[in-house]
Amino acid sequence: MEGVMQTDAKMRTESGAESSPRAPGCSLRHFACEQNLLSRPDGSASFLQGDTSVLAGVYGPAEVKVSKEIFNKATLEVILRPKIGLPGVAEKSRERLIRNTCEAVVLGALHPRTSITVVLQVVSDAGSLLACCLNAACMALVDAGVPMRALFCGVTCALDSEGTLVLDPTAKQEKEARAILTFALDSVERKLLMSTTKGLYSDAELQQCLAAAQAASQHVFRFYRESLQRRYSKS
Amino acid sequence: MAGVVAVAAESLAGGRARAARTVLDQVVLPGEELLLPEQEDAEGPGGTGERPLRLNAGVRARVRVVCGPGLRRCGDRLLVTKCGRLRYKEPGGSGGGGGVYWVDSQQKRYVPVKGDHVIGIVTAKSGDIFKVDVGGSEPASLSYLAFEGATKRNRPNVQVGDLIYGQFVVANKDMEPEMVCIDSCGRANGMGVIGQDGLLFKVTLGLIRKLLAPDCEILQEVGKLYPLEIVFGMNGRIWVKAKTIQQTLILANILEACEHMTADQRKQIFSRLAES
Repeated sequence: MEGVMQTDAKMRTESGAESSPRAPGCSLRHFACEQNLLSRPDGSASFLQGDTSVLAGVYGPAEVKVSKEIFNKATLEVILRPKIGLPGVAEKSRERLIRNTCEAVVLGALHPRTSITVVLQVVSDAGSLLACCLNAACMALVDAGVPMRALFCGVTCALDSEGTLVLDPTAKQEKEARAILTFALDSVERKLLMSTTKGLYSDAELQQCLAAAQAASQHVFRFYRESLQRRYSKS
Repeated sequence: MAGVVAVAAESLAGGRARAARTVLDQVVLPGEELLLPEQEDAEGPGGTGERPLRLNAGVRARVRVVCGPGLRRCGDRLLVTKCGRLRYKEPGGSGGGGGVYWVDSQQKRYVPVKGDHVIGIVTAKSGDIFKVDVGGSEPASLSYLAFEGATKRNRPNVQVGDLIYGQFVVANKDMEPEMVCIDSCGRANGMGVIGQDGLLFKVTLGLIRKLLAPDCEILQEVGKLYPLEIVFGMNGRIWVKAKTIQQTLILANILEACEHMTADQRKQIFSRLAES
């Protein structure tokens, strides 16, 4: 599998898949990531997967309100704003999933009584939104210098009515799928940090999706590594 | 599923820790584990269980290694917690063995560290202490007696909104940070209230460290341009003052831009300014 890399002044892109048409079940869309693009937050990143794009900003470790402070670790907050409209229940539930993933990975015990806030803005949604949000949040946390015990990534799988597995589905594939499974995996041993699923699937299919996601996460982590190496090679 | 990916031989820290020595000056990512030199010997050639016979088996000289920012101790190994370049400093002098390992990362947010000299802004006066904003998660406290020549009768002239240059005496994750404007001998040593006028601006922490490195040419070149007064705070704040407002603004812009410019671009800009 070859990766095509173009080095622009600011855009760091890597194609983690063959170019169109996708081989069924096996490939991820084109990735791109840009870090440190916002001036106000302590860390920021923009992550693109195909046409899905999410912008993330991280503030922290910063002051926290006394009502929200935790005496022995940092208070992690995630705010997800949809592209149009006010945030609703779906955003709240995604925020909670992302927050649980981040809490498992961020070393909050090093900064007690502080707050770390991750703000995510959906710029365009063309499928696998939660996975893109997770990736953007991870890159933004790294950019902000928040201490973490591992990196994490999100991968989405869709199962269509015949049982074919598609990784990183587009919006159309998601609508036609019988089940959509999103996993968050960590970088040390590719363990499962978070999973959320929607639809009908069997036990064996769950294991198959998980294995495919673990294999795909290698690409994502390799892309993270190259993206960060390029960033530090400039200084 | 089998055709998914020709899994590349390298795995991202997939359970295999690398020796710290081999990764020096390379970019390391959070989650990687690093082996310290003495442990590599224990792993042995191939680690198949063959070890050289030692006469004093069981007694191994331990070297004390200091774990700097960005690294944590995790059992016998070092766990990387921030992304950046791994650096190492040899132990200087006779005693201290092992040296220091740390990760050079780019960050904007400051976390108070004991002994750091910082520029703070006084935000409140309450009783005997001043509350000073240093850019961390909590305002630091500064006692009014912590100035040179200050006594209970002779209070220092500090108002809300003043700039203070001081150092931390207490700075850990569990307590509120405390700073003082005198050194251990009771002398100010350059610390205290920063004078009138001038401009305070914020840069990244990495740039401050770069500018304060012993062999930094940027400062020397800037000094040749205009006469100036400059104060660097390790919390990413720089205060600069030149003769006119225009010169001050030019200096502030140059220092902010230094982060992204290469040495050649910098020299071009300096030569253009020197002419005008």
